[in-house]
Amino acid sequence: MNRFDYVRAGTVAEAVQAYGAGARFIAGGTNLIDLMKYEVEKPDRLIDITRLPLDGIEEQGGGLRLGALATNAKVAYDDRVAAHYPLLRNAILAGASAQLRNAASTGGNLLQRTRCYYFYDAGTPCNKREPGSGCPAIGGVNRIHAIFGASDACIATHPSDMCVALAALEAVVRVSGPGGDRAIPFSEFHRLPGDNPEKDTNLAPGEIVVSVDLPESRFPQTYTYLKLRDRLSYAFALVSVAAGLELDGDTIKTARLALGGVAHKPWRNREAEALLEGKPATVESFREAADLIVAEAKPQSENVFKIELARRAIVRGLEQAAAGTPQSLSDKRIQ
Amino acid sequence: MPGLPAASLDDTMLLEKTPPVPADARICITLTINGQRRELQVTPWTTLLDLLREKLDLTGTKKGCDHGQCGACTVLVNGTRVNSCLTLAVMKDGAEITTVEGLAGLGDRKGSNALHPIQEAFIEHDAFQCGYCTPGQLCSSVGLMNEGHAHTRDEIREAMSGNICRCGAYTNIVDAIEDVMQGAAR
Repeated sequence: MNRFDYVRAGTVAEAVQAYGAGARFIAGGTNLIDLMKYEVEKPDRLIDITRLPLDGIEEQGGGLRLGALATNAKVAYDDRVAAHYPLLRNAILAGASAQLRNAASTGGNLLQRTRCYYFYDAGTPCNKREPGSGCPAIGGVNRIHAIFGASDACIATHPSDMCVALAALEAVVRVSGPGGDRAIPFSEFHRLPGDNPEKDTNLAPGEIVVSVDLPESRFPQTYTYLKLRDRLSYAFALVSVAAGLELDGDTIKTARLALGGVAHKPWRNREAEALLEGKPATVESFREAADLIVAEAKPQSENVFKIELARRAIVRGLEQAAAGTPQSLSDKRIQ
Repeated sequence: MPGLPAASLDDTMLLEKTPPVPADARICITLTINGQRRELQVTPWTTLLDLLREKLDLTGTKKGCDHGQCGACTVLVNGTRVNSCLTLAVMKDGAEITTVEGLAGLGDRKGSNALHPIQEAFIEHDAFQCGYCTPGQLCSSVGLMNEGHAHTRDEIREAMSGNICRCGAYTNIVDAIEDVMQGAAR
């Protein structure tokens, strides 16, 4: 690990003021410290934000405000989250380990970096780590990589489970920075790689996530988080599906669907959501939506399997959501 | 042993902790480790794991992967289990740390030489072979019971998935945890 200055901030303003080129904010540290050990991150200064008063979970305008420093465990086991946003709870508990969830923060979960092998290996080129150096994942070992929204510069995926649920729940990210405060809709928070894969998000330099706001609960019963991975626990998703449905009898009133493990950000297809709305909640409707989504998939040399896996996961996820039988967190058999 | 002097960590000077701290500085922090209050000088890049093992001779906590993947370094920070390899010591200023060496001193057995019930249960159920992952498994088990979210075998297995055992003692580890949980419920 490189040497760095350590600053402990007492207020958001202090944290923002301490920021400069080469500085990083640190909260849970579970991803940043790991990346520092691999010398992927070499900050000149760490700004410790763990003492900021941002770890609360509060009811706010019919929804819930998750403080940026609330740990993943605190959010997952909050009674209000369990009652009104079980999709978020299940997504968080599908990821990482208990130890990591006890340390990792809400804001940090949004800002975690890809687990692309080449990004992590400082001995190889990587456009995300070193812009312009190339992408050996294209044509290389790319079984875990993107099938949607990738570019010639980068085919990495975003690793979070929590963010897939937040995309489906249409959360809003509140940030504070040198330019003041602003709110970013979740779908605009993360970026597709394009020509600038070094930028994971649309945060400006020195901006800090203050809270993640959940709108009024819409899917307390008819939801699922279905995560498919190489082993049943403690592994990143190959494909995951966060689904929430509002039903009127057997008719779909609202559908929200986000996919994880398949793109540089949680992947939503609003056409497919619109297609489902007004349709009967049947497997035929679900297949139609799934076909529409995977029609624009572009596989890499080793991950063609993800297209059929995603198609089936979408259908199964929507079936689970419609039936109100979300994927179990401990019994991993897929019903 | 209260009142023990601050651990001597090399010969560098103690600096004020007013930010920003120059990159060669040591920072004075206070940790209560296994019930004992320690004033320590640490460089900011020292992980809690390295502080425990390299500076304080608390080598019960193990370094496995050093990347948060194996759980061998699991300790309790304010009663909550975390990976000490992914924790900077300086960020835990003021915290209470419990390592495997301190488990026996927890709860009603404080002051006696008795093991923690989970340690006894690990012996009873043959829940280890080589023993390298065991300190992490034990601390993680105590953390799991403190959390109180796991009740069934499947839930215990899932909640212990951050602790890898290459000898494959998993079923006996779950037996041991279940045993202690049932004992506590009786």
